Amino acid sequence: MIVIVDYDAGNLMSVKRACAEVGASAEISNDPARIRDAERIIFPGVGAAGSAMRSLSRDGTGEALLDAYRAGTPILGICLGLQISLDCSEENDTRTLGMVAGEVRRFRLDDPTLKVPHMGWNAVRVVRPHPVFDGIEDGDEFYFVHAYYPVPANREDVVAESTYEGSFCSALGRGNFVATQFHPEKSGRVGLRLLTCFAKWDGHA
Amino acid sequence: MLSKRVIACLDVRDGHLAKSVKFVNTKNIGDPIAKAREYYLDGLDELVFYDITASSDRRKILLDVVEAVAEQVFIPLSVGGGVASVADATDLRLAGAEKINVNSAAVRRPQLIAECAEAIGDQNVVLAMDIRRVPPTPEIPCGYEIVIDGGRRPMGVDALAWAREGERLGAGELVVNAIDADGTREGFELKLTRLLSEAVRIPVVASGGAGEPSHLYDVLTQGKADAALVASMVHYGDYTVSGLKRYLHDRGVKTRMSW
Repeated sequence: MIVIVDYDAGNLMSVKRACAEVGASAEISNDPARIRDAERIIFPGVGAAGSAMRSLSRDGTGEALLDAYRAGTPILGICLGLQISLDCSEENDTRTLGMVAGEVRRFRLDDPTLKVPHMGWNAVRVVRPHPVFDGIEDGDEFYFVHAYYPVPANREDVVAESTYEGSFCSALGRGNFVATQFHPEKSGRVGLRLLTCFAKWDGHA
Repeated sequence: MLSKRVIACLDVRDGHLAKSVKFVNTKNIGDPIAKAREYYLDGLDELVFYDITASSDRRKILLDVVEAVAEQVFIPLSVGGGVASVADATDLRLAGAEKINVNSAAVRRPQLIAECAEAIGDQNVVLAMDIRRVPPTPEIPCGYEIVIDGGRRPMGVDALAWAREGERLGAGELVVNAIDADGTREGFELKLTRLLSEAVRIPVVASGGAGEPSHLYDVLTQGKADAALVASMVHYGDYTVSGLKRYLHDRGVKTRMSW
């Protein structure tokens, strides 16, 4: 059973439906006990870092997630879930969970024709092979919607990169935690492929 | 860099797929759920549902259709038609819509855009604009006027001014629907699309008039649109989604080609 962490950060049904499509049973929960005991966790989310951190600390879901991380539970972060895993975010000047060293910055682009948020389909280049990216080919495109992007402190935590004016980290991984800036649940077949891999992943990179 | 998007628009009336010409003479042409799945499997980048149901139980029918589609289509799903409140928008989001289109109700009450942006996020609020060509006047200097209620009611609002106002209020994307071109299959309104694309910094979806692959190419290059919306040309089987994307890709338009 996959537990999808509910912390008032957007609509989680699309993640649950995509899990169902790949044959993985999933439940949406904000119960810290369910999160600690989960076989696997998806930590999704859209919205602002500040209000998300408030929900995570109010409900105890943030602590439960950290406990599960330390215990080796395979965890997939998506979008805001990725951003919150780093140390801090420029968005609302927020201190975040610190599972992976690094920070989150807002896109500041020189080209006036490029739009923020970065929204739509963009190619992903896997720079470090990872079991959750098994079968994903260089240049496969995924669906993105975000105005902030992650900057991991350690190069070895970068799993994939994409280009929007400059290159940015579009997926990262450390131990039993892996996370994507894009939305696999909205990225068609390649996104479902990634979720299928996650549903089988033992948490070892 | 971002790919240009091919979006299919399904007009849904009473749970059926409908297609109009210049917004009238609507006829039923099939099952929207089956069409949605077919296009998704053929590489569609995004799906739009417009509810044109007139009956009073319209909301329930649309929610059912959206939910059924969201269970089997794993690309962004955008829904509109009669959205007049934050409650309408959140109901559709819960049913599985990613983006919510506001149109007539936002022209009547622009604050609706800001309220929806606050509730569901800027990037998920799409301002759909139905626009007709008119002689330029002091009131409508750009020569394009906003019409509402399915194209029936001219509002005396300048399309360029409304696009900018929509962006300011928090719309995350514009749909530029040229009703003079709607259903004609004679090509998009390139001049209008380019005018609005250059006026805002949010993505612009061109709508109305797609009949041949070259029309998509033209609006995504000369028209400066970020996405092109198709309906008749794929609904009747004359073209396929993958064929259109192949055509664009072969001519140098960045297009998502693996799915």
